[in-house]
Amino acid sequence: MTATSENLSMVETPGVAWRKQIRFALIGALSSAFIALAGMPVGLDGRSIIQPVLSMGFLSLLWVPFVLATIAGSEVVLEGMTARTRDSKDLLAGGIVGLGSAGGLVLLMVLIQNFNLRDPLVNWSPQLLNLLSFNRSLAVGGLLWVLLGLILGVFGGAMHVLPKKLCSRIRTVVLSVFAVSVLETFLTDLLEGFRLEVLTDFVYYKRGGLEVGGALLVAALALLIPLLVGTRIRDVKKQVVDLPAEERKRVNLILLAVSAALLLVLPFFLGKIANELLANVGLFVLLALGLNVVVGLAGILDLGYVAFFAVGGYTTAVLTSPNSPGFSPELPWPIALIVVVVLTGIVGLFIGAPVIRMRGDYLAIVTLGFGEIIRLLFLSDWLSGWFGGAQGITNIPGVDVGIGTVKGTDPRSVFLLVLVFCAIAIYVSWRLENSRLGRAWMAIREDEDVAEAMGVNTTNTKLMAFVVGAVLASFSGAIFSAKVGSIFPTSFLMLVSIIILVVVIVGGMGNIAGVIVGALVLIGVLGGPKQPGLLQEFSQFKLLIYGALLVWMMLKRPEG
Amino acid sequence: MHLGGLRCNSTTVTLGTDVATTHDAKRISRVLWVDRFLTFIRLAFVVVIAVGLFAFIAQQIDPQNPLARWLNPDATGLTAPQFKGLLVTGLAQGAMYGLIALGYSMVYGVLGFINFAHGEVFMVGAMSGMITSNKLADAGLWEDAFLFCLAFVVITSILISTAVAVIMERIAYRPLRGAPRLIPLITSIGVSFFLQNVSVVLLGPGAKSYPSLPTWLSQKRSLLGFEIEGTKLVVLLTAAVSMAGLWFLVERTKTGKAMRAVAEDKEIAALMGIDVNRTIVTTFAVGGAMAGVAGILWGILFRSVIHTTGFLPGIKAFSAAVVGGIGNLGGAMAGGLSLGAAEATAPLVLLEPLGVDGVSQLRDAVAFAVLIFVLLVRPSGLFGERLSEDDRA
Repeated sequence: MTATSENLSMVETPGVAWRKQIRFALIGALSSAFIALAGMPVGLDGRSIIQPVLSMGFLSLLWVPFVLATIAGSEVVLEGMTARTRDSKDLLAGGIVGLGSAGGLVLLMVLIQNFNLRDPLVNWSPQLLNLLSFNRSLAVGGLLWVLLGLILGVFGGAMHVLPKKLCSRIRTVVLSVFAVSVLETFLTDLLEGFRLEVLTDFVYYKRGGLEVGGALLVAALALLIPLLVGTRIRDVKKQVVDLPAEERKRVNLILLAVSAALLLVLPFFLGKIANELLANVGLFVLLALGLNVVVGLAGILDLGYVAFFAVGGYTTAVLTSPNSPGFSPELPWPIALIVVVVLTGIVGLFIGAPVIRMRGDYLAIVTLGFGEIIRLLFLSDWLSGWFGGAQGITNIPGVDVGIGTVKGTDPRSVFLLVLVFCAIAIYVSWRLENSRLGRAWMAIREDEDVAEAMGVNTTNTKLMAFVVGAVLASFSGAIFSAKVGSIFPTSFLMLVSIIILVVVIVGGMGNIAGVIVGALVLIGVLGGPKQPGLLQEFSQFKLLIYGALLVWMMLKRPEG
Repeated sequence: MHLGGLRCNSTTVTLGTDVATTHDAKRISRVLWVDRFLTFIRLAFVVVIAVGLFAFIAQQIDPQNPLARWLNPDATGLTAPQFKGLLVTGLAQGAMYGLIALGYSMVYGVLGFINFAHGEVFMVGAMSGMITSNKLADAGLWEDAFLFCLAFVVITSILISTAVAVIMERIAYRPLRGAPRLIPLITSIGVSFFLQNVSVVLLGPGAKSYPSLPTWLSQKRSLLGFEIEGTKLVVLLTAAVSMAGLWFLVERTKTGKAMRAVAEDKEIAALMGIDVNRTIVTTFAVGGAMAGVAGILWGILFRSVIHTTGFLPGIKAFSAAVVGGIGNLGGAMAGGLSLGAAEATAPLVLLEPLGVDGVSQLRDAVAFAVLIFVLLVRPSGLFGERLSEDDRA
């Protein structure tokens, strides 16, 4: 421990906590080695961020020393204490963390060279070693890593030493370069819709990632735009807030209308890939909004939410497909949808009624059990006369809307359809949140006994949450089966429930806008259980990241 | 929004119509609606079981019997060895579920939340057993000195899964102590998801197999009129020994006394000079060790392990813990055995006579149905819960 301040009247936080730094250095070493062994550097090497300088694979290792050094350097300043003035010792502390992380990698490299553990550990390969040592000898590679770790660690530590404004600028630049690079597929698609191929050709490398020039351009823009527009936006915002309530409402309405119109026009400028992606995101937005009603508003942890999605999808398939094995009325989709909604609502009641009185955690497990039972029933030979067992139901026709059919082969139409239903779902959940029922849900969530004492019929109210959630999921299921054109029990694993739960929790339970953003970011970038996201290379790691994200969110920001 | 948001203190009502007595008539009718429905579901469960049993007995007496033909035209009936075989398989698996269930039960007893990731601790045990036993088989020791190898494998996998359980507690659950009980539950779902996928990225996604067992072990031998495969005998014996060890630890040692005290009331235990944190870590460690043993038993029984191995046995073991009464260790073992037996026999005894096709696919569905049935009829389990006052809620 270094000496504290000589001024005794003010308690200062003590100097750099060296022990903490060493602990973080060890954590860094372990996590770098884990990431390397998990195969991220090799698996993600194909995707470049800035061609040819930086690939996703290296980025997966490089963030460790920087972020850990930043976290290790942050200190809680309690009331009555003044924050310690930061000095060069903080840089040193960051350096230690960085060195630790690099040390983990170097140790791993030495181990890989001398032992062969490929048998249990699939990524224990010479390929990893080559990549880690930059295709040079072990000594050179090791030295480079130590240097890199040191530099990044010092940078991480420096985040506390440099003035705040500069730090936030740096952060914006780095993040926007990263974001523009990740959104490559989407932005190319969009810009090509506006016939701006010239720009994309300049900015992007052929196979994903930015050119160096493009990266510099983006960085410059990210630096300049806030400087030019920053104050103006603040002024406008202030004006709007100052307006009388009546007018503010009107401004909000206009903003809403403009963004809705933009969203409606957007699909026509997007290519196939982006539309497909957004359609998938939309399906998950629907599911997440439904689960948000159940978990976020009513506080019921439903782990078998996928059951309603499955029932919606299967009912649509049975009612519309000519190939449905048992009963095949071949109804048009909109009429089938009515049946689907009613039926799923009833299933919601049936699943909800027995579990509604259970303790919260028992309820979670039992709903999970129901979800699995429903999937097993769809899969079983017993009911294969109706649902086709493992073969599923194929040849589901699209949605006939007069001007054309909505089908999976035409993602633009699917996206528009999803958009319409998302709008309905958003409107419904927004109205419900402020209704008598919504307030009753929130009362139950906060304290069930008190809610009951205030005259809320808790049983019926909670059942209503189940039913509303089920209906929203059934929309998604109906669109899903029309989009994919065939339906199998493997689309309805428990995994789906968990991923929707992660989306809702990351977005913020009970927060409609948050949930939508959560779905956009998570499903759009990482991808759904089966659907690829923007980072297709991530597919083998996305579940790992979902798990880690869920734990991290619960520990650090349970409110989303 | 708020942390307290997830609190769900629903009163556990078994046949609770008393809730509505003081309110107006309209309310009574509303509450009764769900209750009627629940009674109906309970009755339906009982009727299905009764009819299935009845049809089973009918078909056992004579498969040509009109009663047996009524629902299942091609009823054949089970022979006694078939039934005994099913029962032994069920009991062996049940013993394994029981060992896993102990971990759920102890953690629930002490901390009052479902450690969803416990199934993954079991998976880690099975995986580490797979690795060590394959290494030993490569070295040529597995066949020659089987018992020594088995002991070594069991000890390493106990160590590894205990370590995983303890680290898990330290990183994910300790910071959440005192949070509403659904928060650690959600966290544990995340931990479980994470551990599964750690196994995927480190060890690869495919199924991995244990080396084959020596023939003297896997051959059948008869015991008390049952034909038992040696492996199942080993599983049953190991489970019995572990259970005895655990019973000794909990009931006869100072650590066990501390654990029971912490389960009863954390604050008072702390006032009595018990290190609560250490006791909780011990609880996790003991649960982890039991899961490690169960992992090896899984390896011996099925000889194949994959990253999702932990999920279904985990849920079933939780069901077993509920069936036996959560917090009740003997109950957990008994619950495991009865769940295993039910899951193995019910498809053929109850569902086949009812004319259901492809019954063996519905084993897992039967396990979940048992869970739902027990929670509907007797939420405190067959042998009674042992929870502290605030966890009972």
